[in-house]
Amino acid sequence: MSFWKRAFPTILLMLVTGSALAAGGDLGAVKKAAVNIPAIIMFLVFVAATLGITYWAAQRTKTAKDFYAAGGGITGFQNGLAIAGDYMSAASFLGISGLVFLNGYDGLIFSVGWLVGWPIIMFLIAEQLRNLGKYTYADVVSYRFERVPMRSLAATAALIVVILYLIGQMVGAGKLIQVLFGLDYVYAVVIVGVLIILYVTFGGMLATTWVQIIKAGLLLFGATIIAFGALYLASDGSMSPEKMFENAVKVHPKHGAIMGPGTLVSSPIESISLGLALMFGTAGLPHILMRFFTVGNAIEARKSVFYATGWIGYFYILTFLMGFGAIVLLTGNPEFADAAAVGGIKGGQNMAAVNLAAAVGGNVLLGFISAVAFATILAVVSGLTLAGASAISHDLYANVWAHGNVDEQQEVRVSKMATVVLGIIAILLGIAFEKQNIAYLVALTFSVAASANFPILLMSIYYGKMTTRGALIGGWLGLISATVLVIIGPTVWTEILKLGDPIFPLKYPALFSMSIAFLGIWIGSMLDGSERAKKEHEAFIAQDVRCQTGIGAEGSVSH
Amino acid sequence: MQQDLVHAIKSNPKYHELVSKRSRFAWMMAILMLVIYYAFILTIAYDKPLLAAPLWAGATMTVGIPIGVAVILFAFALTGIYIQRANAVFDKLTREIKEEVL
Repeated sequence: MSFWKRAFPTILLMLVTGSALAAGGDLGAVKKAAVNIPAIIMFLVFVAATLGITYWAAQRTKTAKDFYAAGGGITGFQNGLAIAGDYMSAASFLGISGLVFLNGYDGLIFSVGWLVGWPIIMFLIAEQLRNLGKYTYADVVSYRFERVPMRSLAATAALIVVILYLIGQMVGAGKLIQVLFGLDYVYAVVIVGVLIILYVTFGGMLATTWVQIIKAGLLLFGATIIAFGALYLASDGSMSPEKMFENAVKVHPKHGAIMGPGTLVSSPIESISLGLALMFGTAGLPHILMRFFTVGNAIEARKSVFYATGWIGYFYILTFLMGFGAIVLLTGNPEFADAAAVGGIKGGQNMAAVNLAAAVGGNVLLGFISAVAFATILAVVSGLTLAGASAISHDLYANVWAHGNVDEQQEVRVSKMATVVLGIIAILLGIAFEKQNIAYLVALTFSVAASANFPILLMSIYYGKMTTRGALIGGWLGLISATVLVIIGPTVWTEILKLGDPIFPLKYPALFSMSIAFLGIWIGSMLDGSERAKKEHEAFIAQDVRCQTGIGAEGSVSH
Repeated sequence: MQQDLVHAIKSNPKYHELVSKRSRFAWMMAILMLVIYYAFILTIAYDKPLLAAPLWAGATMTVGIPIGVAVILFAFALTGIYIQRANAVFDKLTREIKEEVL
């Protein structure tokens, strides 16, 4: 530890000056913006502050519980903000406001789907997860089942989701930073990778959580200013949404069509399947589930979801206002025009919120929101990396490979090594996927999370007759079917591989892959007449008592 | 957890009250959320003109916008209602069970 204490300030200094140098050099390439000085200054302030927090957190991160779960000392309010921060990724901030800018009302459909998963998580999963688990959701799904195969399944599914999500975030990060800061793509990806390795290895969950909380606060603050500033300007100073909508309909190429649902949802089957993926995908994201172990007890876990739902809902209403504000203020404005880009604005539709910031608050607000967007990526990638590292160290190393006989310090060391490896993998994937079409990643990530992780989690809590065999059959079938159906579906088969009409008609296969997973669990468990199955049925009683009352839960007071 | 403690809790009538009250309420709330959400998204699939209709004569604002925002507010309100009931009923029962068996 003392080596790191001495090394830390040096690394910090190298990093801050290094990124400043990188930002100044190599401006020759096309498509990069001019260097945005306020943005870089604000970003450097953010980096310095978060590295300060990491240093503070490193002093307090000693045990495995500190590293994975911030010592269990995060409050419900703080955790609610951190969860909201995980959810308000750059993709949702820029993506949803871009979607509203392009299509109007359709953007709201995604927001609603992503939000309504939260109450369901609160009613069915949050407290139970906290009462049964320790550090990862695999603790819950292997609670009364055979350790090795269940952990392997849960950790594999978790790692697949984490890596798919990471690719999207890293590529998004590289492109965003290129546009915002005028920084080379590779530099951008490397800076993100190095910073998150520092946050996670030194500060563990405590630093990751506080980086996320600060970023969530900054993002909510920035988005509020942009959204209401845009509403003021776009409604000719009246602050009336009706006036803004009138002005938007006048200038948008689709006119009145933007005020109602468009082509996003067509067939009922498609809409049901999309809804399932959006709702239950959230309940299967390992970096989100992990946050429930950072609070002291089930009551705080429940509170976290209440605050998270409030912040996320508020944020989605802001993105809707921003999208319409952008229609009014950016369309036809020569300052932001770029006829070649999607939506006719600089950087394409996904830069609608960023351009809007400049339209509302000039270079300072643009700089602020650019810095926040970068911070958002850092915070989300940190959370993902920590979740991936825990799947490797806590599930695969400590429980599968070492069968639970492992020194806590050794486990944390493995986790830190895994963080470094995952950080490097994230950098390499970011570079490898730079020029790839990554649009399918959202469909795939949410479909896998909803079809592999969520069914075994829900059933292990509620289905007393589930057995290891049933869980394995259902879990693997869900994982494989979701992956295969996305590959032979419209996004990958037709748009990316260009192999003609898709074999499977839906973009989001959750309706089918989730059904396959649940059926697999049910039939596999029913037909399991082994001795082990009988023991697992009996063990459910004790599990259910702990789940319902919290007696014996991790961190509860023992008598 | 020790077997005898599990049995003590299992045979406590308050435990059964807690489990049945909470499960009924939690599943009811979850189903309510699903019904509202699917009513919204199936309306989009089956009857787009309904949501695209002006909110009042001559308005640009459509029926769909307050409905969409209402679903978001409703989701948040449901979490608030659950918390209230959990604090008032479920936590109280849990405390009583703990006092009796531990």
